[in-house]
Amino acid sequence: MSSLSDAQPAATGKMPMGLVRAWRLVSFIVRFAASLLLTFLGLLAITFFIGRIVPIDPVLAVVGDRAPRAVYEAARLKMGLDQPQIVQFIQYVGAVLSGDLGLSVSSGRPVVQDLAEVFPATLEMATLGIAIGVLLGVPMGVEAAAHRNSFGDQIIRVVGLAGYAVPAFWLGLVGLALFYARLQWVAGPGRLDVFYDGIVEPVTGLLLVDSLLAGETEIFWNAVSHILLPAAILGFFSLAYISRMTRSLMLDQLGQEYVTTARVKGVSERLVIWRHAFRPILVPLITVIGLSYASLIEGSVMIETIFSWPGIGNYLTTALLNADMAAVLGATLVIGGVFIAINKVCDGLYRVFDPRSR
Amino acid sequence: MTTLSHWLTDDSPASRLQARLGRWYRMGLALWRNRLAMLGVAIVLALVILAVAAPYIASHDPLVQDLTRRLLPPSGDNWMGTDELGRDIWSRVVFGARITLVIVAMVAVLTAPIGLLLGAISGYLGGWIDRLIMGVTDIFLSMPKLILALALVAALGPGIENAGIAIAITSWPAYTRIARAETLTFKNAEFIAAMRLQGASTARIIFAHVLPLCLSSMIVRVTLDMAGIILTAAGLGFIGLGAQPPLPEWGAMIARGRSFILDQWWVATMPGFAIVIVSLGFCLLGDGLRDVLDPKSGDRH
Amino acid sequence: MTKPLLEVENLRVTFPTSRGDVDVVAGISFSLGRERLGIVGESGSGKSMTGRSILRLIRPPGRVRADLFRFDGQNLLDLSERQMRAIRGARISMVMQDPKFALNPVMTVGEQIAEALRAHGNLPRREVSARVLDMLAAVRITDPKRVASLYPHEVSGGMGQRVMIAMMLIPEPDILIADEPTSALDVSVQAQVLDIIDEQVRQRGMGLMLISHDLALVSHYCDRVIVMNAGRIVETLDSGQLGAASHPYTRALIEAVPRLDETRDWLPTLPRAGGEVA
Repeated sequence: MSSLSDAQPAATGKMPMGLVRAWRLVSFIVRFAASLLLTFLGLLAITFFIGRIVPIDPVLAVVGDRAPRAVYEAARLKMGLDQPQIVQFIQYVGAVLSGDLGLSVSSGRPVVQDLAEVFPATLEMATLGIAIGVLLGVPMGVEAAAHRNSFGDQIIRVVGLAGYAVPAFWLGLVGLALFYARLQWVAGPGRLDVFYDGIVEPVTGLLLVDSLLAGETEIFWNAVSHILLPAAILGFFSLAYISRMTRSLMLDQLGQEYVTTARVKGVSERLVIWRHAFRPILVPLITVIGLSYASLIEGSVMIETIFSWPGIGNYLTTALLNADMAAVLGATLVIGGVFIAINKVCDGLYRVFDPRSR
Repeated sequence: MTTLSHWLTDDSPASRLQARLGRWYRMGLALWRNRLAMLGVAIVLALVILAVAAPYIASHDPLVQDLTRRLLPPSGDNWMGTDELGRDIWSRVVFGARITLVIVAMVAVLTAPIGLLLGAISGYLGGWIDRLIMGVTDIFLSMPKLILALALVAALGPGIENAGIAIAITSWPAYTRIARAETLTFKNAEFIAAMRLQGASTARIIFAHVLPLCLSSMIVRVTLDMAGIILTAAGLGFIGLGAQPPLPEWGAMIARGRSFILDQWWVATMPGFAIVIVSLGFCLLGDGLRDVLDPKSGDRH
Repeated sequence: MTKPLLEVENLRVTFPTSRGDVDVVAGISFSLGRERLGIVGESGSGKSMTGRSILRLIRPPGRVRADLFRFDGQNLLDLSERQMRAIRGARISMVMQDPKFALNPVMTVGEQIAEALRAHGNLPRREVSARVLDMLAAVRITDPKRVASLYPHEVSGGMGQRVMIAMMLIPEPDILIADEPTSALDVSVQAQVLDIIDEQVRQRGMGLMLISHDLALVSHYCDRVIVMNAGRIVETLDSGQLGAASHPYTRALIEAVPRLDETRDWLPTLPRAGGEVA
């Protein structure tokens, strides 16, 4: 951080500008990578810690509670549970790095394998959700700020508040009752109607893409009608957050002196808003969108439970109820890892691309 | 009356008391004029009253089952209908206010002082202590809160206390950040230097001068966070990791109503409205308080 | 003197506060031709609001009223927003106070100057960039090509203010308002920037309204000086006749300026209350 601001052009006047920028970029990337690694390590420490405080005996979970003493002891040694905690933690980190998240008690398969299968479903839904959130939320926020205190602004503010006050799982239930059961506008829980299941060979794991690749338009539209409601609900939360942040960023901009300068020049109000006020917020807005995307992946846990959506959130809650700790921690690690990565990358992008911070 | 309000809003108060009362008067007035904030105040007050006077407000015993009266729609006798065990939903919602209030209070009491203290220490002392505290804080801040709370409750075991602890563990870092930022803004101010010259100890400066100054932005942030805490707690209850049956926790009530959502919509819908209204109340109150106490961080006028 | 470009009578700018409406400009009248007019006053005297109200830049809840507010035969208060836009920049322009805040941080200097030109007509791209470079050269920027490609945070304050002047003069307006154009700059470049403004205004035969708190500076660069206090005009003087100022407030302003060849034990301060000098 400090070298970003310390290296004023005047202080490094003898170096060419390009070299100064390159040097700053390199040192920035090094620090960025270090902070990313540290955060991941922190996440691993937390999941490791959670794994230790579980009142379930991990050895019993493997050998079963009828195992003779000798078998139990052998398994305990084999799992490295006689080692000091710090050694166990290093072994744990090593195992995770090599892609070993343990065995799921309920599916009997490696957790990694399970997660690879369910993750695309989550990604598909969250991505559609963020698309809805950005496409609606950004223009809404800009409009609200441009016509501050107008009727439209009030509505957008209420929507923004609702995003903080409405429980996602409840909205999902009410949405199902209304749009699926009563109005029959959309299909019900799950990714596809039962009789379409397993027809399309998974290539990317994203059903919307795979069905189109396979030329199965009927299945594509069925998938659309299934994903629409859960994605729209995720999209609602995303647009609530994005429009609120866009509005407040824009209000801040519209109060800036250079926006007045643009008006002094006789620039039209539309250009004042989109070129002078909106362009400077693009970079912080990317961060906002990234945060929203990360929180949708996290928030999909609740929505997937409601919509029986076979994604990582559903996997996590099922594992929670079965006390399948390896699966719980694996899913936590993956969601947490994706969350952290998106967060950090957006933060990094912000620092690299904002001309003021260069 | 007018002389009193003139005395209170005098531009050059004659005494410290007059200045302080004047400030409160102006803040109170600003809050009073903000209709949405007053709505928030009313909702939060209503929640407290419901929780305290639950036995007098509820029309039925929230736990008594009556299988002859199961799944009745809202009526004069059962304002919000009855659930699958014939319990009165209105009464359960009223008693549920207690659980919500307990969790909210628990999280606030656990997190705010810790965050405040850590942040003030970090900001005031600086150096390697600052770097260490903020390093840990940043790591926690980048974590997904809901997922972490889920995993923690899974490990600790379900229940209100554990849900509260799990939420608390995931929400202290934000307060540390705020308190630190606030501390940094006046760390080098003259009055702090004056205290130091008078020989005040570091601990005394932090407790007597730094902490009180961080308080207002802290109150704003805690109030704004209440909605999120309520939603997370309800989410844990919904998944089955929060308050255990037969306790009338709102999230758990929605979970039970899930099977009847198509035909007996009121079972799941009514507690949901309670959550929405209470969360909204805290949001509105927080927004209003922010405008009054901490105007620089919010929308400008 | 020829017919004035701008005539203002009984201009009021009002803002609502918790203790009732406050007139930050409380009924002032003046006119401006192709001359150099200075407005002097302490901060809060309403001088900046006067400048901004001419461009109709006072945003609600602020209100502007006047018995007469005529520019080039049109009443500014009657114009639509679209008609007003055609005046802003093209006919009346304003140099803002601090280039650090008044230039858009994410647009290059060249883009921002070109925009002032493009807002008032369609010119071929080649001509626009040629005129931008000419204009930069006219405000004594030695390497216009390089400077045009810089971002505002990459130029110094003095250069930023010259960019600002270039941007405001490129559409060739009739009136230039300069609102404290040098108060954010280092003393060493202040005179340079004012000389550039002065030179350009003379060459183009424009009207200049120089708003400042610095009486000496204004009287040096202007033909006439209006002294404002608490939203009112205290006195109007020809700049050569400052010594003849009769109003006590003006006298106090003059007294407050320290001179090199004097030894004074104390500098007089301006009594604030009510704008009256005891």
